[in-house]
Amino acid sequence: MSKLLEVKDLSVSFNTYSGEVQAVRGVSFDVEKGETLAIVGESGSGKSVTTKALMQLLPKPQGQIKSGEILFEGNDIANYSNKQMQKIRGKDMSMVFQDPMTSLNPTMKVGNQIMEGLIKHRNMARGEAKKKAIDLLEQVGIPHPVLRLNQYPHQFSGGMRQRAVVAIALACNPKVLIADEPTTALDVTIQAQILDLMKDIQRETDSAIVFITHDLGVVANVADRVAVMYAGKIVEIGKVDEIFYNPKHPYTWGLLGSMPTLDSEEEELFTIPGSPPDMLNPPKGDAFAPRNEFALEIDTKMEPPMFKVSDTHYAASWLLHKDAPKMEPPASVKRRMQGFASTDDKDGEK
Amino acid sequence: MENEKLLEVKNLQKFFKAGRKNTIKAVNGISFDIYKGETFGLVGESGCGKSTTGRTIIRLYEATGGEVKYKNESVHGKKSKEDMLKFNRKMQMIFQDPSSSLNPRMTVMDIIAEGIDIHNLAKNETERKNRVESLLETVGLNKEHATRFPHEFSGGQRQRIGIARALAVEPEFIIADEPISALDVSIQAQVVNLLKKLQREHNLTFLFIAHDLSMVKYISDRTGVMYYGNMVELADSDELYRNPLHPYTRSLLSAIPLPDPEYERGRKRFAYDPADYETDEEPEFREVKPDHWVRCTEKEFEQYQEQLNNK
Repeated sequence: MSKLLEVKDLSVSFNTYSGEVQAVRGVSFDVEKGETLAIVGESGSGKSVTTKALMQLLPKPQGQIKSGEILFEGNDIANYSNKQMQKIRGKDMSMVFQDPMTSLNPTMKVGNQIMEGLIKHRNMARGEAKKKAIDLLEQVGIPHPVLRLNQYPHQFSGGMRQRAVVAIALACNPKVLIADEPTTALDVTIQAQILDLMKDIQRETDSAIVFITHDLGVVANVADRVAVMYAGKIVEIGKVDEIFYNPKHPYTWGLLGSMPTLDSEEEELFTIPGSPPDMLNPPKGDAFAPRNEFALEIDTKMEPPMFKVSDTHYAASWLLHKDAPKMEPPASVKRRMQGFASTDDKDGEK
Repeated sequence: MENEKLLEVKNLQKFFKAGRKNTIKAVNGISFDIYKGETFGLVGESGCGKSTTGRTIIRLYEATGGEVKYKNESVHGKKSKEDMLKFNRKMQMIFQDPSSSLNPRMTVMDIIAEGIDIHNLAKNETERKNRVESLLETVGLNKEHATRFPHEFSGGQRQRIGIARALAVEPEFIIADEPISALDVSIQAQVVNLLKKLQREHNLTFLFIAHDLSMVKYISDRTGVMYYGNMVELADSDELYRNPLHPYTRSLLSAIPLPDPEYERGRKRFAYDPADYETDEEPEFREVKPDHWVRCTEKEFEQYQEQLNNK
């Protein structure tokens, strides 16, 4: 397996007037070719900051990579200069942002915005770039691409704009596509179209996608593997089935339990009480402990390490320690796990 | 509970002028009833007129045509100040964006007490204070929060303040316009549970506007689906999700991503193109089976009935 992108123990901090905000505190993950890794978490959990750090798009000088390595095809790009990054950004790694209204330049024709990367990175002549741009617009499903090329972003609807942004991101056949909540601002019907589009293109180009979202439904749809982030750390990571049908971390239980499914009956939604911690002073021990009804005494004192559940599945919760008491996950999560238990037997695990 | 109509909307229209010549028919003649004690969900994509409907019902907008009757009294039309006050006390609204719907220069105490002051519900300062504090507790905040300003709160907490403000005048009917869309998943569940609890305790009636279909299904008794200013389907929530008839409802349902990878792998999406269903006949809102209404033509009506009978 070729690891295209490897992040090792990445920490990012912001210096603010009130002190140092530790947005990301030691995150490690890797992405393979043709794979989609979804990063989920609440706002403020550090998922966007992580990916901005990958692209070196952190606001300078407040945002800083404190430690860690970002290996892209084996090279550590964490310390690349701006000039070196410009060769990677938009070419090998590109990004789709959340809000299509603000990520397009309102004073530039959509066509020129797509052609920009082609001319810069692939040394295309204008005419050639234009042809490619028309292809791209067609590929992302925009009707009348020749006409649309000469229009401005405000003449596009929200869904069309996001398609144009996807077209820009794909222009140079990136090896890694980072999508930061690309469908959050869109309606469900359009969201479904964009997700299908991204999956189709991935199948064709075999690129890796890092997909950030807080919508677990979207995760279930696109992801091969899932990383759950909380308070600047990955608390659970595993294959999509492992996270959805055999979640181990109480925070993952909370996330899954708080979403009603279409067949959920008249029961109260499981909630995670309280709100996320203040990252100016991250709590000692397990950051999730104050909101965790399953918290053990040790959670307030020591941070849990990553416990191995299976070769692909890791979770940071003391509940997985061999001396920990057995805890019953909430009912809705238990229902999910029933299905998984039977598939476990088939694999002959353990 | 089932039979008492609290709100009747009849052929409600709201047009906006766009330039001198064009009008946008945001709400183009929709009719529905809301019964006492129920939660009525209204779904549709952005721009379909669901928020406009909510805002017109509570008279934030004047209706272009049609009628809204609350307990058999018209909401729109000429009204004295006293009459308006009476209505405003019974109907309240919770807005989508908790940060822009709270005045940043007022303390939480004053924000919540504004309605109490207008309707003279508190005899003196202590009573006012007590009321606000008990409201804060009802929505899960502390009474110490009363002296703070909105910017000191998180999104979920701000939405709770918005709910407390709506509850302050002891309304019977609350219009919740995408109250959870701007919140995180874990916080959404908190607010939804709170709304449900309040409904039980205060016997409230809700109009719940949202585009998150799984949440709407969870919270509402009946659901209406809107598409371009028209109501296309209306039924009991369970019935609507089990037997969606209108192609738009089906496409909407087929597009909701569910937190279930197994299901997602087998998902079949169904696209809706109104051009596929075009006829010369103007579709009407018809009752296909008791309490299940669909906007359709005569021919489609027969098809739908057959479809239901064969199930």
